[in-house]
Amino acid sequence: MKHLIVIGAGTAGTTVANQMRGRLPRDWSLTVIDPEPEHLFQPDLIFVPFGMQTPERALRPRGRTFRGVRWMQRGVESVDTDKKRIALDNGDQLKYDLLVIASGAEIRPDETAGLMGDEWQRAIFDFYTLEGATKLRDALAAFEGGRVVVNIVEMPIKCPVAPLEITFLADSYFTGRGLRDQVELIYVTPLDGAFTKPIASRALGSMLTDRGIRVEAEFNAGEVDSEHKVLKSWDEREVPFDLLITIPTHMGARFVEASGLGDELAFVPTDNATLRAQGHDDIFVLGDATNLPTSKAGSVAHFQSEVLVENLQRSIAGRSLVEDFDGHANCFIESGFGKAMLIDFNYDQEPLPGVYPYPVVGPFQLLKESRRNHWGKLAFRWVYWNMLLPGRPIPVPNHMSMAGKRLLPDADNPLAA
Amino acid sequence: MPAIEYAGTSVEVNDEGFLLQSDSWTREIAEAIAAEVGIGPLTEKHWQVIEFCRQDAAEQGQPPGLRRISKLSGINMKELYQLFPKGPGKLAARVSGLPKPQGCI
Repeated sequence: MKHLIVIGAGTAGTTVANQMRGRLPRDWSLTVIDPEPEHLFQPDLIFVPFGMQTPERALRPRGRTFRGVRWMQRGVESVDTDKKRIALDNGDQLKYDLLVIASGAEIRPDETAGLMGDEWQRAIFDFYTLEGATKLRDALAAFEGGRVVVNIVEMPIKCPVAPLEITFLADSYFTGRGLRDQVELIYVTPLDGAFTKPIASRALGSMLTDRGIRVEAEFNAGEVDSEHKVLKSWDEREVPFDLLITIPTHMGARFVEASGLGDELAFVPTDNATLRAQGHDDIFVLGDATNLPTSKAGSVAHFQSEVLVENLQRSIAGRSLVEDFDGHANCFIESGFGKAMLIDFNYDQEPLPGVYPYPVVGPFQLLKESRRNHWGKLAFRWVYWNMLLPGRPIPVPNHMSMAGKRLLPDADNPLAA
Repeated sequence: MPAIEYAGTSVEVNDEGFLLQSDSWTREIAEAIAAEVGIGPLTEKHWQVIEFCRQDAAEQGQPPGLRRISKLSGINMKELYQLFPKGPGKLAARVSGLPKPQGCI
């Protein structure tokens, strides 16, 4: 008997496991390892702080997300790639013949000095965990005015548009409560603006200032002074806050670090077209756990899964791998007041305006706000639980398509050439 | 896209002065960009950062982030800010002939 083991049962691990079942030869077993009893629909994390979704409804029992796949509820301590063994948190060892690392990315607020000091979860909140998002909801409900700072500590982060979404939704939320005049909203980013790609900058550049949101750019957060509630950069600039919504440093899983499989942020160096781990023929990597130069997003995990399912089968059969992943990502961006935007891009093509997924008829608008986009984002919940996770086909192209997009002058990326 | 003459060589740059083709970069161009942004002449430590960034970008397909530079180039974060003031990630990329660090939008 040979063993295919998937570490991590988030969007990436679950959808690949569900697709691999039924595609394996008879003498292969399939096991997924994940310690958490429930599956979190992460896109709901931006809605929880504003009471637009309840924490309970963002979760489903993990057992219900699998179709006939064996799930082992354990944590992974380390992987021995020479002996092809996985050490579990109860001391057991598991042997693998093929391994899929889909262990995602997690926030590491402990990486920034002072972030987890006295004001952590009092005046400083994350929203990348359900606990953080729920406590932020309570803090926002009690907030009567002052300076609200949204800060990205460093890139890369999961869902790179989520900080913008939380900022737009906060603007919308405080307006709805009749408090907007008493709230100063500041968006603090290490990049050189809220929008960094030329075409998006031209189309959306004024979106924050139009809403009275100040942008503090090229700010690399070095520490937080809890006592004075001040965020400080490495070059000694200061941003005071009454409420800090932090997007902390993201890192890969701790077992990746412990096993020497990761880069400086514990993301696994991965071949960007085949999804095989660099230097390991029997390990593949999927979703947020990779170091690939595309977004850490559920849509990316979904588009990757098709390539990975093909390459796992080829690897088992001893055939050459397909080099087929193009970096495709597709993300709704909530912009508040019942509207959203949509972006569609890949390794080489920056987000363009136009319609998606069908030319002319859309129905979704790219790089532009619309109510229909917002309803699309909400409808995606059903698609996620009922089609994407179970591994059923979704009728959108796997590769990024130029159909419906309006082509503008070339992107500024010499490495793409 | 505008073309600019650096050290006697004409190269294509984008609106923000980043080279469009990282292959067209030379050490002389790096010195010329450094002089233009007011950090020249380049010291040995600058070169340590630039050489790391060039090599890493060639291997990884994207310019390294600040943490990666500070951890792997041998130049720490405080020094990076002294060598490439305000935005070391962006400035080091520009002098190294690489694209600027970007988000997805």
